[in-house]
Amino acid sequence: MTNPKGRFGIHGGQYIPETLMNAVIELEEAYNFFRKDSDFQKELTELFNDYAGRPSRLYYAEKMTEDLGGAKIYLKREDLNHTGAHKINNVLGQALLAKKMGKTRLIAETGAGQHGVATATAAALLGMSCVVFMGEEDTVRQALNVYRMRLLGAEVIPVKTGTATLKDAVSEAMREWTSRISDTHYCLGSVMGPHPFPTIVRDFQAVISKEIKTQMLEKEGRLPNAVIACVGGGSNAIGSFYHFIEDKDVKLIGCEAAGRGIGTFETAATIATGKPGIFHGMKSYFCQDEYGQIAPVYSISAGLDYPGVGPEHAHLHDIGRAEYVPVTDDEAVEAFEYLAKTEGIIPAIESAHAVAYTMKLSPTLDKDKILVITISGRGDKDCAAIARYRGENIYE
Amino acid sequence: MSNVKKAFENGKAFIPFITCGDPDLETTAAVVRAAVNHGADLIELGIPFSDPTAEGPVIQGANLRALEGGVTTDKIFDMVKALRRDVTVPMVFMTYANVVFSYGAEKFIKTCYEIGMDGLILPDLPFEEKEEFAPLCRRYGIDLISLIAPTSENRIAMIAKEAEGFLYIVSSLGVTGTRKEITTDLESMVRVVRENTDIPCAIGFGISTPEQARKMADMADGVIVGSAIVRLLARHGRDAAAPIGDYVASMKGAIT
Repeated sequence: MTNPKGRFGIHGGQYIPETLMNAVIELEEAYNFFRKDSDFQKELTELFNDYAGRPSRLYYAEKMTEDLGGAKIYLKREDLNHTGAHKINNVLGQALLAKKMGKTRLIAETGAGQHGVATATAAALLGMSCVVFMGEEDTVRQALNVYRMRLLGAEVIPVKTGTATLKDAVSEAMREWTSRISDTHYCLGSVMGPHPFPTIVRDFQAVISKEIKTQMLEKEGRLPNAVIACVGGGSNAIGSFYHFIEDKDVKLIGCEAAGRGIGTFETAATIATGKPGIFHGMKSYFCQDEYGQIAPVYSISAGLDYPGVGPEHAHLHDIGRAEYVPVTDDEAVEAFEYLAKTEGIIPAIESAHAVAYTMKLSPTLDKDKILVITISGRGDKDCAAIARYRGENIYE
Repeated sequence: MSNVKKAFENGKAFIPFITCGDPDLETTAAVVRAAVNHGADLIELGIPFSDPTAEGPVIQGANLRALEGGVTTDKIFDMVKALRRDVTVPMVFMTYANVVFSYGAEKFIKTCYEIGMDGLILPDLPFEEKEEFAPLCRRYGIDLISLIAPTSENRIAMIAKEAEGFLYIVSSLGVTGTRKEITTDLESMVRVVRENTDIPCAIGFGISTPEQARKMADMADGVIVGSAIVRLLARHGRDAAAPIGDYVASMKGAIT
């Protein structure tokens, strides 16, 4: 779906400083070579299977299905991957690619810390050095992940500029990349940024929908009626959607973080409240004011706390192929607790946004309908924060 | 000939960068007049952006102060209109693509023409994306300034061939900010530029002292100074016009 200039409809592109242009061109050329290279693909598949634990399970959530009394619900268990989230898929792909390109150093941004931990992990595995930029606010919200990254040998740099969250971490990683390109690969964590990142990250995450399709055909002999995933930048969602885009009968539903509600300023629901703009290397939808100043966004979930969305999602929204719905903090926290109690699975608070929407949707559907929710990560990292949200005085 | 080229008719050009609205627009206007009176040949006016990814900490801070002070694109347009009653040197805006895009590209560029701006520098609009705004800039006679960087290498010729106004040569890797040393082989970059275009070129990023300015001006047609001026603004606030005037005089003196 990408044209040569990295466009998805009107979205995407390469809105970056000239200093970085040769770096992204070099990356695109290397990617176009290695994606067709059977040795590279073999090595990556081995890492996926033997190191990350793929394929991840497609689990029939029987108790949840019965309790909600509607459509049959399956969970795609990306939370069972090594490092506890879907982020490892993209990181193993990019780190291997960077190594083949002769890079020795990975830099990355992180919100919740999942992508930072995954990048630090891949760097440790492949013998590369690693620097992770993380909003100072997030280093407090996710202190344990900061320690994890350090344990894995990475340097974590708290970003104090702007709102000190994910968008500022991205800006700072981009600034760092402009100052040191020759030995450094910027391992971007989502389907965002300048071309070719949205395409590369999507391709590495597309393993999710490829597996769902195979597993669903094995279990049910047919495709699901809908695939539901949370959307910040949108990497687990695009990975879950990708191989179903041509299957027009499969509804694709992305759940955005509405924070305290889309009628408030404390929201991160980009498609519900944003408008087209150009930022962080791409044209897409962004939360911004009338003069194009990027808005401070808010969500209980550090991983969805981003004012933009990947350009392919913007396009899928424009053409009506995917539907994007806002889910509030309250709804996500209820879903977090619900899945824990009903299925014994503690989802990441990000993934809980997708669970929350399914809890609303499923009872309205007939029992012969099938829904797949991608549980993009596990919720251990969120327990202390959710406990505090419920008024308990627990710190990590 | 575009107005921007006139900046290069008075010997080597000195081009100061000023973030609009830091700390307020009255100060910006006073600083522009002081710079012009002390020899500035072209003024680069920054429209602040919330997330300036090409800027180092100094200009990031200026953007933040300006936005907190309540400056907007419309208020900046009004200030320029007032400045144009007596300031005749060429002026260009430096901002980020989203500021232009979200305002409505045509409305933004048409207003630039109406208030007497001469050019536009967008550090996040590389050669590959310039058609986003270039047709509108051509229609309204606004020069869309191209940048080349130490990593441009094989791209310099292509960029230079289509450059308008002047060519902005980024002296170093990384973001804006003063540097003790500039190690890029700027002479070979300028050589490729000269082979491919007749328009003037100016070097920016990292320049703060008269000695550095002289060295850069020996190679190019002008020098651009941002962070050093913004730092004076941060230090002197509303009283920055006089020290910035003195600074501009010393820099212009060094390259003349």
